[in-house]
Amino acid sequence: MPAWWLWTFYATIAFALVYVVLYPAWPMVTRATGGVLGWSTRADVAAEIARFEAANEPMFARLLATDPAAVAADEDLHRFAVAAGAAIFRAQCSQCHGAGAAGVQASGFPNLLDDEWLWGGTTDAIVTTVTHGIRNETDPDARYSQMPAFGEELDAEEIEDLVAQVRALSHQSHDAARAAAGAALFETNCAACHGAAGEGSRDLGAPVLANAIWLYGGSEAAIRQTITFSRWGVMPAFGARLREAEIRAVALYVHQLGGGE
Amino acid sequence: MADTVKLVVLGLVALLAAIAANRARDFPFQLHMLMFMVAAGGLFLATLRRTGEPRPAPARAEYMDGPVRAGVIATALWGVVGFLVGVWIAAQLAWPGLNFHWAEGYLNFGRLRQLHTSAVIFAFGGNALIATSLYVVQRTSAARLWGGNAAWFVFWGYNFFIVLAATGYVLGVTQSKEYAEPEWYVDLWLTIVWVTYLAVFMGTIIHRRERHIYVANWFYLAFIVTIAMLHLVNNAALPVSVFGSKSVIVWPGVQDAMIQWWYGHNAVGFFLTAGFLGMMYYFIPKQVERPVYSYKLSIIHFWALIFLYIWAGPHHLHYTALPDWAATLGMVFSVMLWMPSWGGMINGLMTLSGAWDKIRTDPIVRMMVVSVGFYGMSTFEGPMMSIRAVNALSHYTDWTIGHVHSGALGWNGMITFGALYFLVPRLWRRERLYSLALVSWHFWLATIGIVLYAAAMWVTGIMEGLMWREVDAQGYLVNAFADTVAAKHPMYVVRALGGLLYLSGACIMCWNLWKTVTATGARRPAPAAVPAE
Ligand code: HEC
Ligand code: HEC
Repeated sequence: MPAWWLWTFYATIAFALVYVVLYPAWPMVTRATGGVLGWSTRADVAAEIARFEAANEPMFARLLATDPAAVAADEDLHRFAVAAGAAIFRAQCSQCHGAGAAGVQASGFPNLLDDEWLWGGTTDAIVTTVTHGIRNETDPDARYSQMPAFGEELDAEEIEDLVAQVRALSHQSHDAARAAAGAALFETNCAACHGAAGEGSRDLGAPVLANAIWLYGGSEAAIRQTITFSRWGVMPAFGARLREAEIRAVALYVHQLGGGE
Repeated sequence: MADTVKLVVLGLVALLAAIAANRARDFPFQLHMLMFMVAAGGLFLATLRRTGEPRPAPARAEYMDGPVRAGVIATALWGVVGFLVGVWIAAQLAWPGLNFHWAEGYLNFGRLRQLHTSAVIFAFGGNALIATSLYVVQRTSAARLWGGNAAWFVFWGYNFFIVLAATGYVLGVTQSKEYAEPEWYVDLWLTIVWVTYLAVFMGTIIHRRERHIYVANWFYLAFIVTIAMLHLVNNAALPVSVFGSKSVIVWPGVQDAMIQWWYGHNAVGFFLTAGFLGMMYYFIPKQVERPVYSYKLSIIHFWALIFLYIWAGPHHLHYTALPDWAATLGMVFSVMLWMPSWGGMINGLMTLSGAWDKIRTDPIVRMMVVSVGFYGMSTFEGPMMSIRAVNALSHYTDWTIGHVHSGALGWNGMITFGALYFLVPRLWRRERLYSLALVSWHFWLATIGIVLYAAAMWVTGIMEGLMWREVDAQGYLVNAFADTVAAKHPMYVVRALGGLLYLSGACIMCWNLWKTVTATGARRPAPAAVPAE
């Protein structure tokens, strides 16, 4: 039996004995020994977070004191806010809106790079969207609207007519006869939200239908799906997850991506 | 008389399974009960047809090698299946498009991942352990297997368990505990099989004609007993209905996590370490034709390993809801495990002293030596990764996957291949293997495969660990999770390639073993149960 083997074994045991004295280790009756260093994983993380927060505090205080629309004028502050916002976006938003914020059409996660807005593209409007979210059940002030599932009210023929009409509004190939029949149906069933010419409504988060930008898709199949079953896109509220200053930062980040108003 | 009991039991099982299948609450449960029914019913008919027939008296003077032969075949075949699924899911991670839409819910990564782990650990590794342990215990005890056909029951019962588990995974039956996915009824079945296995093994040792119990048997026994205990505690569950597959684990919250990793880590410790050390302690000395280097070392490291391993589980739960004190204890026990683990490596390597030239001349010895080398490497890496500061970087990253595979492909795989090459000519009484050149090919393909695999995973693991924790001057994370996934792509391709090489090595082995068995020509005489072969 090699001696080095035995001695290394003893050394690891000695290491273990020292370690369990220094760090939390032995369960006692009501609590475990805390270790002479008084160290704990949670305290460790809390200290690290506190260190960064203390360093950021002056900038965040300035951000809170400044009207969001006016931040762009303060170059230092704007740079800080956009950098912080970009980081928050990567951690909190990219899983839905994509790492590049281009959205995921198949799932109804809107593109945030363009100037087409469902609910509004001013910094204030974005702050509201992020704080309260959309159609979630956790925040009573969440942005809310509900497109009915027309499959329950209209028959298949009528839905086909509406599909043709929506295709017509968005200047895509369509069956003209069906679209003519669909125009009347659109007027009674849809115009209240989407506008008579499909110009949309930001109060209701109803998308513009008269252009080539789609939340869920402009193919016949996607439109048919939307009309028959409706969609109900949900975004969580971040008011309780992020601090006010962080929400403003991420809103400023989204705002400067290209489409801010 | 024995036949009557057998008929009653089989008839009852078939009947109960039929009732359960009829009242089943979900399809997988129904399918599994039908499988039980068909198996029990078929055996019932076979037994019925043979009742009253005179049976040849068992040859007491001979070893019982039938179940060992079956186990060797199962090991080789399950190995190829397990490696194939592994290569496939590695490709799915590299090219997510391979999670085909039409196969969603059956053959996507989430379903196949546990199929792969169970196939390689339990089907390939488990069959290897059962087959070799039954071979070794007879040779080192100079006794025929105890319990007559019980050994056959162990073989078929265990492989039936594997089929139940595998079909269950694809159909979505899982209790979501890593390496313990099968549901309650499959667990119960395994318990019956395992207790029989223990009885056969213990019975043979008790009836041994050697005064001494060879060290390999100590390791095998520790493996069998501890796995039984781990299995029972970790799978304590209440079925939602006796006619359904779903059950609820009795342990709550963080206790459940703790018990799961107590189980999970000791599955590594006793299944993949102790059991395979048993293999190592028999096959290396036999192949090298030298006695074990130090018997004293083997005893000391055996007891140290058994005593320390069982406490190391919490190192899987650093920085979680598990209290810090438990994590500390898990860590220090893991660090103390380093030398007890290396005891096995020293004993394996030093057994070659005076015969080092065999590494050059005998590709099977080379395989075994590399296996022990990987064993030493991963049992150093493990204690290191259990250290809290290292774990903060390595946890949840591919480093862990690399660590597991250098152990699994290097240590468990290679020692098993070595044992198969040793066993097949002896079990089928052939003079020699069909081709030693093919063994060399297997050796190199497997070794290069492991190196590609492990290196790729170290690189991605450390890279993604660093990317995850990278914060900018304001304390915000620099990378989105998706960025780390994208950065890993090239290494995922390398990993899949490494797996492919390893798989092709195993296919070559199967071909080689097949040709060995079917070769005509010189034969060995049948072995008699002589002491201490
Ligand atoms: C769970 C998925 C999800 C997450 C996470 C998420 N969003 Fe959204 N977001 C949505 C959906 C879905 C919509 C569109 C809802 C609808 O149909 O109106 C949306 C809409 C928006 C809008 C309105 C776009 C417009 O055209 O008016 C903004 C702005 C926005 N998200 C920003 C963010 C920011 C910033 C974050 C991170 C703090 C975030 N989102 C996180 C799902 C998500
Ligand atoms: C109560 C208001 C309301 C009414 C009425 C309504 N919609 Fe909508 N519609 C919405 C909202 C809100 C959305 C966004 C979908 C979501 O996330 O739930 C939407 C989405 C759509 C879309 C998907 C647009 C895209 O970019 O993918 C289409 C197409 C559509 N509606 C067509 C119709 C048609 C046709 C009718 C009449 C049959 C109709 N809607 C009636 C509110 C309405």
